[in-house]
Amino acid sequence: MLNPQKKTRARPWKETKPWQWEEDGYTVTRGSAWSGPGCHSGCGVLLYTKKGRLVKVEGDPENPYNQGRLCVRCLALPELVNHPDRLQYPMKRVGERGEDGWQRISWEEAYDTIYKEFSDIKEKYGPESVIFAQGTGRDIPTYISRLAYAYGSPNWTAFMSGLSCYAPRVAEMLITTGNFAVADCSQYFSDRYDNPNWEVPECIVIWGNNPVMTNGDGFFGHWIVDCMKRGTKLIVVDPRLTWLASRADLWLQIRPGTDGALALGMLDIIIKEGLYDKEFVDKWTYGFGKLAKRAAEYPVEQVAEITWIPQEDILAAARMFARSKPAAVQWGFGIDATKESVSAAHAISALWTITGNMDVPGGMITVLFPYGVNVWTGGWGYNDFLTETAKGKRIGLNKYPLLKHGFLFAQPDEVLETMQTGEPYPIKAAWIQTSNPIACIAADPKKLYEALKKLEFVVVVDLFKTPTAVAFADIVLPAATYPERDGLRAVWSHVGAINKVTQIGEAKSDMQINLELGKRFNPQAWPWENVQEMFTHLLEGAGVTFEGLRERGGQMYPSFEYKKFEKGLERQDGQPGFNTPTGKVELYSTLFEKMGLDPLPYFEEPAESPYRTPELYKKYPLVLTTGARRWGAFHSEHHQISRLRALWPDPTVEINPETAAKYDLKDGDWVWIENCMGRARSKVKVTPIIDPRVINADHAWWYPEKHPAEPSLYGLWDVNINQLVPWLPGPSGLGADYRSLLCKIYKVKEGEM
Amino acid sequence: MARYGLLIDYKYCTGCHSCEVACQREYNYPVGKGGIQLVEVGPWQINKKKWQYTYIPVPTELCILCGKRVAAGKQPACVQHCQADVMRFGLVEELAKEMVKNSHTVLFTPR
Repeated sequence: MLNPQKKTRARPWKETKPWQWEEDGYTVTRGSAWSGPGCHSGCGVLLYTKKGRLVKVEGDPENPYNQGRLCVRCLALPELVNHPDRLQYPMKRVGERGEDGWQRISWEEAYDTIYKEFSDIKEKYGPESVIFAQGTGRDIPTYISRLAYAYGSPNWTAFMSGLSCYAPRVAEMLITTGNFAVADCSQYFSDRYDNPNWEVPECIVIWGNNPVMTNGDGFFGHWIVDCMKRGTKLIVVDPRLTWLASRADLWLQIRPGTDGALALGMLDIIIKEGLYDKEFVDKWTYGFGKLAKRAAEYPVEQVAEITWIPQEDILAAARMFARSKPAAVQWGFGIDATKESVSAAHAISALWTITGNMDVPGGMITVLFPYGVNVWTGGWGYNDFLTETAKGKRIGLNKYPLLKHGFLFAQPDEVLETMQTGEPYPIKAAWIQTSNPIACIAADPKKLYEALKKLEFVVVVDLFKTPTAVAFADIVLPAATYPERDGLRAVWSHVGAINKVTQIGEAKSDMQINLELGKRFNPQAWPWENVQEMFTHLLEGAGVTFEGLRERGGQMYPSFEYKKFEKGLERQDGQPGFNTPTGKVELYSTLFEKMGLDPLPYFEEPAESPYRTPELYKKYPLVLTTGARRWGAFHSEHHQISRLRALWPDPTVEINPETAAKYDLKDGDWVWIENCMGRARSKVKVTPIIDPRVINADHAWWYPEKHPAEPSLYGLWDVNINQLVPWLPGPSGLGADYRSLLCKIYKVKEGEM
Repeated sequence: MARYGLLIDYKYCTGCHSCEVACQREYNYPVGKGGIQLVEVGPWQINKKKWQYTYIPVPTELCILCGKRVAAGKQPACVQHCQADVMRFGLVEELAKEMVKNSHTVLFTPR
């Protein structure tokens, strides 16, 4: 590798750094990025403003997290922040829903209207009749859940079948290990790769994601590249050849939706060949014998057939992973996007557990909220403000026992069912914030469309007018992007200050909106004068005020220790071990058993598959996977940003040359992708990176430049691939088959465009 | 006269486009124009285990090696923001020494 340059720049973040200065006629403000627009990463940024206008965003070279680097979404941010289509002031609907008629109103009128409508519904039907729905924001769960509780509703959710994004993996880890774990790329140390306690992972498995594009869940994807340069070898599990796969020692081109089978097969090999860490397994795990017996039901020959991965590659991957010390797994959405996601996650986390990689340098480190500062998960105030009656009415509680074990969301599929049937009680209104579900996360979006249309009152809070806002909103509130707001970025490794540097129209931050509206419903729940006071309260564990955090340069790194399970740091009682009923990592989960779920990992075919539904496969002879990430877009966002749109202008479907030839397709052709539920249009990209039996279609497309009013809704129905995805969660209530379906394709005829 | 250049380690370039957009932003170039442009080679299969899948950012005639940034003690916009950290700015003689040590590098002297 080239002589390290950036790593030497990352120094322990101990000294105070200036947070704002003048430079060349610009004011430069140091801070953190985070949603919105959608960003899971939260890099250190320098925001350049002139006369209050954001003109440039640079990476902060002194920030240990990204070390001066930035992805295109932040680099192009000024265009988004200052975009003429931004929502600038509150609006109320004029005319029918879907006609796109709006009238500007004041914030006071907006709050008054929302207060009155929500209060009337509370009186007539009860507070549970209002749904509070978010998208994959970052610091939103904390504030939106508290707004729901302040109002009195237990129904905080997201309109995604099986809440299939990280929730399945998080639930599995919390249930079986009592904590989260992430691949250790030195992110907990502010001196990063120079830290003497850190070790380079000998092997990292990239499983079901393309981290260099996604920067998902507080993990800067190019850390993988940093590790590769330092010697890390890769195993990549992906139906597509990603760039990382092209550089991997082993690329396992898996059939979509069969990750659980692969993990079980690898477990069987590692156990049978004695490659596991016997000492760790004896001392720190529960149920190894039972796991071994279960894994034996997945011999490699059978797993090769299920997964379409050659036997020798599965054997090689199992051996390479088990023999590498340390080894880590960087996993992603691919695991969540099957209805058996929790079980797949259980099998994969068992892999890193039995090989002794739990909380070791360069392995899978268990992580807590930095200084206990949590602005990333929901449930803030659940016990303080909800009545017992309201708690008991949370949707899904009686169907999915997971919801009784600390998972405080309302189960989305059941929410939709309740909206449709009015059972066990009617749903009358929705508060939709940081989400554009009919263009993005919703399965079968027309089903959600029908259900939302029936509501009496809908509020949408967003940066832009979206198909969701046009179709349903009675009131639209303009939300601020991160340079327009103060805030906290806190997940895993550190706490960061988000600093406001500009103001667009009358937009307000999601946090300010929730604070101001929340006060009306329950002033005790929102006792703070302003958001800064609220952030200071949230920062209690860090022992610093929001202003104090900002003024010391905006980043704080707590100390980090490995092998916390040996030191009594995982459990509240201070005893060594893990925070589970047995005090061990539960390869056999006593909690899943209690919930009536399989205590051991297993594999089940996706609901539609060549083997489970062979008759359907004859009619729909291609496996459809969806949602591979693109550089310039965060899900349904950024499609109106010219620089980013230029990088990927249309919804695209990747098709192997062999398949393309069979269907007489070439690059740039438009095809319909169809199954028994519906169809969506996509532009063909012929590429050898995908198996001839599989096609991969982009998700979350709409055309901000097209006509907003119905029936167009920005051309949404032509291109939303989720029209082929059913609402069908797994037995845990988490996970759904967004990425493993069956379909057919045919050319778009002239006149259909 | 001292000549400066850009050294690129294309073994690790992931094709993330940060160099392009950083440059466009720095100099306010419109879409489709800029001081550096990414070239994709592949992806195609070489043999059962090996793929050709390479990205190389190529400076254009518009590249001025960010003289003003460098004078202010910063890296050129593309070099700083390169997510894979595969770009180096410096004196050609110094960069050439890195080439001796590393395969898959290319040295550009745009000016």
